[in-house]
Amino acid sequence: MKCAYRLKGVTYTYPTREKPAVLNLDLCIPEGKTTALLGPNSAGKSTIMDLLLRWRKPEEGSITLFDEPLPDYNKKRLGRTVSLVPQEESSRFSFSVLEYVLFGRSPYLHQLQSPSAIDVEIAYEAMGKVGIDPIAQRPVTTLSGGEHQLVLLARALAQQPRVLLLDEPTSSLDPGNTAKVINILRQLSQQGITLFLTTHDPSVAAECAQYVAMISKSELLFSGPMEEALTNTLLSSLYETPMETFQHGQRLVVTRI
Amino acid sequence: MVKITTYRLRILILVFLLIALTSFALLVGRYPTAGVSNPRKLLHDPLLAQIVLNVRLPRVLLALTGGASLATAGFVFQMLFANPLVEPGFLGISQGAAFGAASAITLWGFSPLIIQLSATFFGLTALIASYYLAKRFRFGGWILRLVLSGIAVGAVFSAGLSIIKLIAAPTTSLQDITFWMMGGLWNTTWKTALSVMPVMWLALLGLFAVRWRINLLSLDERTAHSIGIAVNREKSLLLFVATVATTAIISVAGLIGWVGLIIPHLARRLFGSDSRFALPGSMLLGALFLLASDTLGRSLLSSEIPLGVLTSLVGALLFMVILTRRQTEVKL
Repeated sequence: MKCAYRLKGVTYTYPTREKPAVLNLDLCIPEGKTTALLGPNSAGKSTIMDLLLRWRKPEEGSITLFDEPLPDYNKKRLGRTVSLVPQEESSRFSFSVLEYVLFGRSPYLHQLQSPSAIDVEIAYEAMGKVGIDPIAQRPVTTLSGGEHQLVLLARALAQQPRVLLLDEPTSSLDPGNTAKVINILRQLSQQGITLFLTTHDPSVAAECAQYVAMISKSELLFSGPMEEALTNTLLSSLYETPMETFQHGQRLVVTRI
Repeated sequence: MVKITTYRLRILILVFLLIALTSFALLVGRYPTAGVSNPRKLLHDPLLAQIVLNVRLPRVLLALTGGASLATAGFVFQMLFANPLVEPGFLGISQGAAFGAASAITLWGFSPLIIQLSATFFGLTALIASYYLAKRFRFGGWILRLVLSGIAVGAVFSAGLSIIKLIAAPTTSLQDITFWMMGGLWNTTWKTALSVMPVMWLALLGLFAVRWRINLLSLDERTAHSIGIAVNREKSLLLFVATVATTAIISVAGLIGWVGLIIPHLARRLFGSDSRFALPGSMLLGALFLLASDTLGRSLLSSEIPLGVLTSLVGALLFMVILTRRQTEVKL
């Protein structure tokens, strides 16, 4: 199995805290697959996301991206390789959806350049993939939560990344929009993009991930194929409450007892 | 595409208005009689030609450049702080610059270059102080915290300014400080105009060149990092350039409030939020607004109305109208 990201002995402690947020983490994020990072609140999921983005630097250990040390990437190259769909983001200014998605073209433009017609084409293609091209001219300040999440996804796709990082992509969505986002993620995975998402909802992982990593109290509890991860024992131990999985047609459903 | 064509047309209209207003401002005055002179007289009246060339032209150019600088700097501050309620006055920069200018006048006399350097230094100090104070405030959202810290830092520099006025020599420095504080362009000569305009032109050119990128810096810092932006480096550089543009005009014209707050709001109404159009829109509208205010201030009454008074009056009224309208271009 080829890894898109490989983390070896990664430890990170916030300057204001004594205990590490991530401790001695070894993890492979398989290339071309979808991996879900599961864990309860404040387990260290967001910190791992920051480390993968190079927004924070590990105090110990190493991270490689496509077999190259992460610190060796310059900012633009990193922006062309990895993109982020943040959990929450709001704009004070009423950019149109198209203008907002075009921001994703930034790693391809130099300091004095504005997006060209080709960039606009790529932005439309990204909006088409998530089905928001009809609202391209709407101001982002007037969108619903679900539409806004899709705009963030389209902006990340406009970066034409090899790896897409998604921070709790469905946590603020209703069931209808959650299903929509999960469908889009499945389609993207089929196109060969490596997806890595954090979620506290194991059902989301069951629906779209082939691999699962579980983190609890700053340490890795398990990593491996989804079917092996989503078991009653592991999930109950992860969330420290009795959990049960059952098959509903083709789908694996996880519920708290 | 339709929107872009409309924006381009609006830019053209503003350029046309600017040319018309500039021509008008050059011809309006109190010589040979109060009112607008016939352009043909320029060829036959050497004194009128001298007045237009050496008195009105530097003043008009400084008003245009200063207005464009204040509005563009205000626009940049609003984008970079993701806060549509800031302008140099709200961030303490103007008060810092005023303190710097008054200190320089007291210590070294009325020397434009030293006043400008001192105004820039203290303007930047105020900006940095407001930013870090806002980060340390323990309550309120980012917009509120930044406005409050700006008020606090501005008040400290205003108090400092009062102390300087108390200790300044009443017959020399104090008169210079008071004269400078009233704000205005009546003292403009080619020498004063040329001492600050190149700095502002450079700053405006630089900000215009990176106008699309300014959009990206309004995003959450982690997101901006994820799309390949060196957030701290680029923000610091742009804030420095915008502060220098602001303090350059303050150092020769005194405090001119509200331009940096109100003009970017108007620009967003006409050109949307994308800096590609809203930034040049702010530049043109700012130039138009300050030239119109200055021309009105010097031609409306027999004695001149201080520029800062006029811009504050019009700016504050416009601000009330904008904030009470239902449709705004920003989310507060």
